[in-house]
Amino acid sequence: MTQHPAQPHVRIYVPRDSAARSVGADEVAATIQQAADSPESAIDLVRTGSRGMLWLEPLVEVATEHGRIGYGPVTPDDVPALLAAGLLDGGEHPLRLGPVDELPWLARQNRVTFARVGVIDPLDADDYLRHGGLTGLRTALKLTPADVVAEVTDSGLRGRGGAGFPAGIKWKTVLDCPGELKFICCNADEGDSGTFADRMLMEGDPFLLIEGMTIAAHAVGAREGYLYIRSEYPDAVATMRAAIDIARERGWLGTSVLGTPLDFDLHVRVGAGAYICGEETSMLESLEGKRGMVRAKPPIPAIEGLFGKPTVVNNVLTLATVPVVLAQGAKAYQELGVERSRGTQVFQLGGNIARGGIVETAFGITLRELIEEYGGGTRSGRPVRTAQVGGPLGAYLPPSSFDLPMDYEAFAAAGAMVGHGGIVVFDDTVDMAAQARFAMEFCAAESCGKCTPCRVGSVRGVEVIDKIVAGEQRDENLALLDDLCDLMTEGSLCAMGGLTPLPVRSALAHFADDFLGEVAADKRTEGTA
Amino acid sequence: MKTRTSDPTVEQVVKKIAAAHREQRGALLPILHAVQAELGHVPKEAVPVLADELNLSRADVHGVVSFYHDFRAEPAGHRTVRVCRAEACQAQGAGHLVEYVRQMGLTLGRTTEDGSVTVEQVFCLGNCALGPAVEVDGRLYGRVDTERLGALLHTTDQTQRHGVGATPDGSEAPRS
Ligand SMILES: Cc1cc2nc3c(=O)[nH]c(=O)nc-3n(C[C@H](O)[C@H](O)[C@H](O)COP(=O)(O)O)c2cc1C
Ligand code: SF4
Ligand code: FES
Repeated sequence: MTQHPAQPHVRIYVPRDSAARSVGADEVAATIQQAADSPESAIDLVRTGSRGMLWLEPLVEVATEHGRIGYGPVTPDDVPALLAAGLLDGGEHPLRLGPVDELPWLARQNRVTFARVGVIDPLDADDYLRHGGLTGLRTALKLTPADVVAEVTDSGLRGRGGAGFPAGIKWKTVLDCPGELKFICCNADEGDSGTFADRMLMEGDPFLLIEGMTIAAHAVGAREGYLYIRSEYPDAVATMRAAIDIARERGWLGTSVLGTPLDFDLHVRVGAGAYICGEETSMLESLEGKRGMVRAKPPIPAIEGLFGKPTVVNNVLTLATVPVVLAQGAKAYQELGVERSRGTQVFQLGGNIARGGIVETAFGITLRELIEEYGGGTRSGRPVRTAQVGGPLGAYLPPSSFDLPMDYEAFAAAGAMVGHGGIVVFDDTVDMAAQARFAMEFCAAESCGKCTPCRVGSVRGVEVIDKIVAGEQRDENLALLDDLCDLMTEGSLCAMGGLTPLPVRSALAHFADDFLGEVAADKRTEGTA
Repeated sequence: MKTRTSDPTVEQVVKKIAAAHREQRGALLPILHAVQAELGHVPKEAVPVLADELNLSRADVHGVVSFYHDFRAEPAGHRTVRVCRAEACQAQGAGHLVEYVRQMGLTLGRTTEDGSVTVEQVFCLGNCALGPAVEVDGRLYGRVDTERLGALLHTTDQTQRHGVGATPDGSEAPRS
């Protein structure tokens, strides 16, 4: 083959997302680099975020005239055969998946917040601009703060961190507060099991989050921002820090952002392994250098937040969705979704699932579609028994509830919660009494200790469940557990103690047999025999 | 991560770190992280020094150090292996890994007598679709079975260092 002198190198994409790396993406990248980098076949290896098709990781993509062709899951051992099969031209191979953008799993989604994740090099500022980066911020900077707030309100965007509070209303409260010193705090604590979208967004498109926080700063009149990232996410911390440095160099942060009068700077703070620091007031205490004890509300953080100043506290995905809202207009975003759940939600499929990963679609999709159609059922191949939705404080739902549409109010009405959009699937080998016990145990371990129902009630909860399973005075102890759940629900200061009864009660309501101890064990063996 | 520093005293190290972070708002957590990164743990002797430097009571500082799971009073082993025990990993067999750890004679939350390894539990590493997840010295591993965990527990120090060093953890110079 004659090489055209100006012919660009072949572009190969391998994720640098930590989930992809956890199954060997670094080794695959290194092997490809070594094997392919000869004078005849020089390559440009680009490390992207992950497309979120995690069962296909490490997913290798190659740019061809027919688009980006994917191969996966690839191991280092596959690389020689892949190259021999013509990987660099998108050649045939058993691992070849075809054009990645056309894969049904991806093509059917509505990637709005995650549009660039897995596509671009996360730390390449020019790549960000080529893919529409900063359009939202530029639009916002031409509007008055009140108009930006109105746009966010009109979009119907609600907080993605769990509670679903309208972002625009929160921002308006901060905007209306007098005073020079206000803060933007991004909650990147993502402590819920089954949630990883915040991490993937930070690792895969960090400039988007910076852009969202800068828009928030302009909208409410803040000059300083803090990004509170949990210590379990070292890659996200490193990526965000690197992106902030680049953004400062480019004039996207610092004094006179993009040449406008806006001054805004951003700092990364790392948590220290406390689940409760995801609760917003506890996070603020932690940012102030204190124990992460939950504060009583009022005052709400919007009025008296970090260091007593008006503060916007929003989740990563809430803030990362704002640039899209500004760039495409409130109406476009608002047209997606159902009822009062507008726009898209980034669902996360985890646990025992065949095709786990990120599904971004409009609200209103059912659990069944997510678990069966996208997820392909369990990874073990056994029947799905339950899914816990919305994190460790969310309900365990049986398959008979899977037709519930993903909608904050519909879920609440059914005694469940959408939360952060995490869905954890279990097969029929799960012991639901053990899961209920774990919910109490987790609450006992992670309680901030401020109120008795949560601190002591959860410890009692573990004991009572043990007694029930052991068959000790079962009826009395079941009544006691019920009382305890009432007490925790009503007497707790925050949702840690207040929502722990949700997984416990849902397990009891739908899987009562599992609480029968040895009787239950016999039944399960019969079931599997 | 360094485990121990013998030359400078704890007081000198802590003072230097405090001075470097003092102008930050709410500097205590960043300082504690830096102390742990430097000394491998937050020694008791650091508490009065920090109280002094930051104009806090000793009880305040101690309260913060003890509140957070990350801060250790004792140095960890050469390697720290953290097994995720949260729901999504439970659904994928994290229990078998915990069982295996016990069979190996290791105790969660403890460092082996010879100081070679500390095994801990952790609740969610953000790898819930590729569980069970395990973290070794800050590096994440997915779909870990008992065989792989055994290998991770027995990797010699050197290979482990190499493994961590070879990863693009973002601390590299950003691409231009
Ligand atoms: C126990 C507990 C843990 C929480 N953890 C998180 C978290 O990890 N991330 C998050 O964004 N919100 C979390 N929240 C919700 C926050 O308190 C708060 O509602 C949210 O950060 C507000 O941002 P949003 O309006 O954008 O959702 C948690 C709440 C509770 C009660
Ligand atoms: S409910 Fe639990 S975590 Fe929340 S404030 Fe009370 S003790 Fe703290
Ligand atoms: S539950 Fe183990 S990584 Fe999330």
